[in-house]
Amino acid sequence: MEIKDLTEKKERLTSGHRLCAGCGAPIVVRQILMGTDEPVVVACATGCLEVSTTIYPSTAWDVPYIHSAFENAGATIGGVEAAYRSLKRQGKLDKEIKFIAFGGDGGTYDIGFQSLSGVLERGHNIVYVCYDNGAYMNTGIQRSSATPRGAWTTTSEVGKVQPGKKQNRKNLTACVAAHDVPYVAQASPAFWKDLVRKSTKAFEADGPAFLNVIAPCPRGWRHPSDQTLRIAKLAVETCFWPLYEVENGEWKLTYKPKEKKPLVEWFKTQGRFKHLFKPENEHLLEELQEKVDKDWEKLLKLCGEA
Amino acid sequence: MSKKRIVATTGNGAVAEAMRQINPDVLSIYPITPQTAIVEGFSKFAANGLVDTECVTVESEHSSMSNCIGASAAGARVMTATSSQGLALMHEMLYIASGMRLPIAMFNVNRALSAPINIHCDHSDSMGARDTSWIQIYSEDAQEAYDNTIQAIRIAEDRRVLLPIMVNMDGFIISHGIQKAEFIEDKEVKNFVGEYKPLMPLLDIDNPVTYGPFDGLGGFFMEHKKNQADAMERAKSVILEVADEFAKVSGKKYGFFEEYMLDDAEVAIITLNSSAGTTKHMVNELRAKGLPVGLLKLRVFRPFPTEELANALKHLKAVAVLDRALSFGSVGPLFSEVKATLFDLEVRPKVINFIYGLGGREYTLHDAKRVFDVLMDIAKTGKVEKNFDYLGLKEVEVLTWR
Repeated sequence: MEIKDLTEKKERLTSGHRLCAGCGAPIVVRQILMGTDEPVVVACATGCLEVSTTIYPSTAWDVPYIHSAFENAGATIGGVEAAYRSLKRQGKLDKEIKFIAFGGDGGTYDIGFQSLSGVLERGHNIVYVCYDNGAYMNTGIQRSSATPRGAWTTTSEVGKVQPGKKQNRKNLTACVAAHDVPYVAQASPAFWKDLVRKSTKAFEADGPAFLNVIAPCPRGWRHPSDQTLRIAKLAVETCFWPLYEVENGEWKLTYKPKEKKPLVEWFKTQGRFKHLFKPENEHLLEELQEKVDKDWEKLLKLCGEA
Repeated sequence: MSKKRIVATTGNGAVAEAMRQINPDVLSIYPITPQTAIVEGFSKFAANGLVDTECVTVESEHSSMSNCIGASAAGARVMTATSSQGLALMHEMLYIASGMRLPIAMFNVNRALSAPINIHCDHSDSMGARDTSWIQIYSEDAQEAYDNTIQAIRIAEDRRVLLPIMVNMDGFIISHGIQKAEFIEDKEVKNFVGEYKPLMPLLDIDNPVTYGPFDGLGGFFMEHKKNQADAMERAKSVILEVADEFAKVSGKKYGFFEEYMLDDAEVAIITLNSSAGTTKHMVNELRAKGLPVGLLKLRVFRPFPTEELANALKHLKAVAVLDRALSFGSVGPLFSEVKATLFDLEVRPKVINFIYGLGGREYTLHDAKRVFDVLMDIAKTGKVEKNFDYLGLKEVEVLTWR
């Protein structure tokens, strides 16, 4: 796969949407949709991606698309796929079609978790993609269970007695892997080749597949809009967002940084962590680094690399 | 008219049978008492290969309706069934199904909502879904539940309508009681419901459409809602057309409501679902004594047949509306509408409200008699002492209760 080949593919999420400059979400969506040449039907959870791409009477989607509510992209795409299965079995349809749902971290880690779990357990042949921007960005930067510990958001404020979010983030990719579905992976749009390859594997899996993709948010992360991909890359190189896949239960690292960069390198790129560099919060920087180190070691073991 | 099978069945059994005959493309399955036997019955049909249906055994009613929405938008004929808390959990998605104009058919076995938890019949569930833009039809017994389920598909899918439809029957009283019912032949049902031809399905990948866009300020939200209201209005004539066609197949004639000895009545009870049966019995007893009493059993609650209802009731001196649900801080939901309906008449009947049967409390012949006694008094004196009361309430020290 060469980048030239990808540029020749038809855009299924077209220009003219109203997402912010530098938003990670449309980059992720475009890369994912390059993973298959088959026709696709897209479902979206309520969120930035949804409200900004379908402002009636316009739509930026050049494929069949459905948004029904915040917490049910899983069940909604499952319904579409069930209809497909039924009509195909009855001989009323003969085309090969792929089904994909996109949800933000709020619609996936939190309110949509049950619906996601249900569609995975029932074995629908769908791909679910979480574009993880680490907070409820559509409502204006409120914490989610994907928000990193220590990050500022408007509901994990930085104040005299609280230095940002108090809790660690939920390891959703591992939660999904525990569902024993055919394909689960974590990816970053900065590693486009890795991401598109994982997307292809997800579409080709016989059963549910899940991709968790980091999607920096310039508004919420407080970074310049031209830094999105650099920050998405640094997240991987600091091992905050390792790239791996779980294929039929087998864990595999898909990228191992030559030099594991310190987490502060990633923190420095974003205004949401700036309070961590004050003297009174130095212990937090240490604790957060320890947590990332521990998680990384654990992952290496799971992937048979340690 | 087709051959009929006469059977002893429960209401749930009758609905499962209608669903088998309809053979939908997708069915969302989630159990809840007293609806469970419907989806269990259907599961057995599916397990034996008697239907082509993709049965999706979802993890909640919220996902059940979400699954129906996805499948219906995809272009499938879709059904589901629920009760009580299940309908309440779907509530958000009910609006989305109707807003997307998806002709999903759902069976709701009426049951009270918590708290306190109670599994028995009242209409708080469907009345809570009153304004979700779903067509609502009520059924007195297993036969009507069966007949209404078959008609529901045609009403919802009519291009003039394209709205989801909810068929109701009373939990346990009808869902679990064994009754006599007549089933029409499979091929007649198949012929009656016809092949489903979806409008703008997602699976038509060559003609991509966007379902559920953002339609905010400066958009067309209000126009969309008016379109929905217009469709609900058009549903009225479709309901009657479908009923006429169904009469040719089944020999049974349905309308917006059933008038029981209403023509020459002076007073009447208006009610929904199974309590009509008990009331009919009391009408017969009182008629035998020469009293001018009657009943109007409302079948179609949404769209509300305002003019037709006013016309059917205008000659009466007094009317009692029986509500199996309460709008707290107000009165019974059916009462409000009937009262509003009658207001435009130049000469209006007096109209009173009784709340009955909450949480499955029995509605007895004694209760029906009491209502008719009150109505006859009003007819005689022209005076209403109390326009709101409860039936069958236990005598407790109310002040000691919170």
